[in-house]
Amino acid sequence: MLTQLSNQCRQDILKMINKAKAGHPGGSLSCIDILTYLYTKEIKLTKENVSSINRDRLVLSKGHAAPALYAILHNIGIIDSYETFRQINSDLQGHPNMNDTPGVDMSTGSLGQGISCAVGMAIGNKILENGHKVYALLGDGECEEGQVYEALMAASHYQLNNLIAILDYNGLQIDGAIGDVMNPAPFKDKFIAFGWTVIEINGHDFQEIKDAVQLAKTSEKPTMIIAHTVKGKGVSFMENKAGWHGKAPSDEELEKALKELQGGCNYE
Amino acid sequence: MSNMATREAYGLALARIVKENDDVVVLDADLSPATKTCYAKEARPDRFINAGIAESNMVGMAAGMAASHMKPFASSFAMFLAGRAFEQIRNSIAYPHLNVKLCATHAGITVGEDGATHQCNEDLALMRALPGMTVLQPCDAVETREMLNYLVNYNHPCYVRMSRLGVDSIYDENYKFELGKISTIIQGKSIAFIASGIMVSEALIAIEQLNQEGIYPSLYNVHTIKPIDQDKINSIAKSYDYVMTLEEHNVIGGLFSAVVEALKIPKIIYPIGIKDTFGESGTPEALMKKYEIHYTNIIDYTKEIMGHE
Repeated sequence: MLTQLSNQCRQDILKMINKAKAGHPGGSLSCIDILTYLYTKEIKLTKENVSSINRDRLVLSKGHAAPALYAILHNIGIIDSYETFRQINSDLQGHPNMNDTPGVDMSTGSLGQGISCAVGMAIGNKILENGHKVYALLGDGECEEGQVYEALMAASHYQLNNLIAILDYNGLQIDGAIGDVMNPAPFKDKFIAFGWTVIEINGHDFQEIKDAVQLAKTSEKPTMIIAHTVKGKGVSFMENKAGWHGKAPSDEELEKALKELQGGCNYE
Repeated sequence: MSNMATREAYGLALARIVKENDDVVVLDADLSPATKTCYAKEARPDRFINAGIAESNMVGMAAGMAASHMKPFASSFAMFLAGRAFEQIRNSIAYPHLNVKLCATHAGITVGEDGATHQCNEDLALMRALPGMTVLQPCDAVETREMLNYLVNYNHPCYVRMSRLGVDSIYDENYKFELGKISTIIQGKSIAFIASGIMVSEALIAIEQLNQEGIYPSLYNVHTIKPIDQDKINSIAKSYDYVMTLEEHNVIGGLFSAVVEALKIPKIIYPIGIKDTFGESGTPEALMKKYEIHYTNIIDYTKEIMGHE
């Protein structure tokens, strides 16, 4: 069920970016399994609760993965069409804007900022005593931004056990491997040192994602789920290629990718 | 005539507001005794969030709180709020148009002895350039209080610029703050002073002395730098032979720029302000003289442009 849904989202991500002739396929494909799980099993977003804050919310701190967010929002019936992605007069901006798109809980795109907003939302939930969780999805390259660590420090200082962050650890950024560009690793030791509970998982395994989120809910501290992922996951010629960070597939490449996804090969 | 810094009036007003409004949250970045949010902290410790020395994260947290339907008031020095956290203000607050009140103190050169690193003469330019950002600067304690009372139920992003230095009170207790309206303080003739912030009281001192020499300037207070009162600016431009702007900010991008941008008719506007330079250490008064925004400079410049010797 989740596998089918995320496979459909993968196809939509690629169609969306192909149509727009711009966008970020690599990091969208690496985080779509996580988003698929969260939006269907935890946040349980519906047309009825979409504009309410009385539900769990998610901040896509790595805002360039907007196609992944739009794909899942489309597949759970929140947004009708993604045809206009990145085009003039569209409600689907290149990076998500909360005032344009239903289901977008925070405007993001400038890296390092979303996690701070998630911390503020979690503090807000504490003040409101509403018991709702805030999820934040971070990129690994994003963790080169110093603001991330200001936010981590604040989350543990204010004991935000209602904040669950997920690191999409796909190992690549625009200029290459994160270890070559500016190594933010080791992540686990850093997050523990900042006072977070840390869980490491395979970010493409729904059972592991589920178990980690359930465990995070019992933590007294904010939790960081380090999700080991593959950039470009599900499309053989995109996997583990930094070049597919921000490049649109051509019509031929799209066709090839869709064939792979529809055949279910390379990804179960 | 009582003397109080706008930051002090801010702290006192905010302490009362946070006590009376459950949805107000106060944020600071380890400067609460200076920004005076320490009073709010004392009044409602459960609504005070210290971000530590991490302004970028403070701005982001304030945005998140606004997204949780809180009413955050976030404070630091103008330099570190509008300056350091500019891009966070732009992308996390202004772009999603979130209800955050950015209340900056220690603006301008009258920060004094701390020197150029702490003297922000560029914040109005930065904040004015942000779409949807309301930019305010009170001139005295009463106006600060009334402005704050108004802002509690004004659900838009807003930047309030305040000073370290004490200023004599301009308004009496009956003063009513009207957002976006230039306030007339003195009705004179032939020359108009359009001032903001601490330059309003500086202008008053200059006017007292100019009166003795037979010059009777009008004095207008621009508490709302954005959206600027365009109608009033144009009616002032039409009604006076000479128009001068007075600001404790770089003449690039601040009040002078805002007034010039608002003109619909050709008119020379004479600026008093910081002439595109950095400040330095010194007493506020010595700095105001050196950087030519002191009342004596206002007097000299007025006589110069009016041709009085």
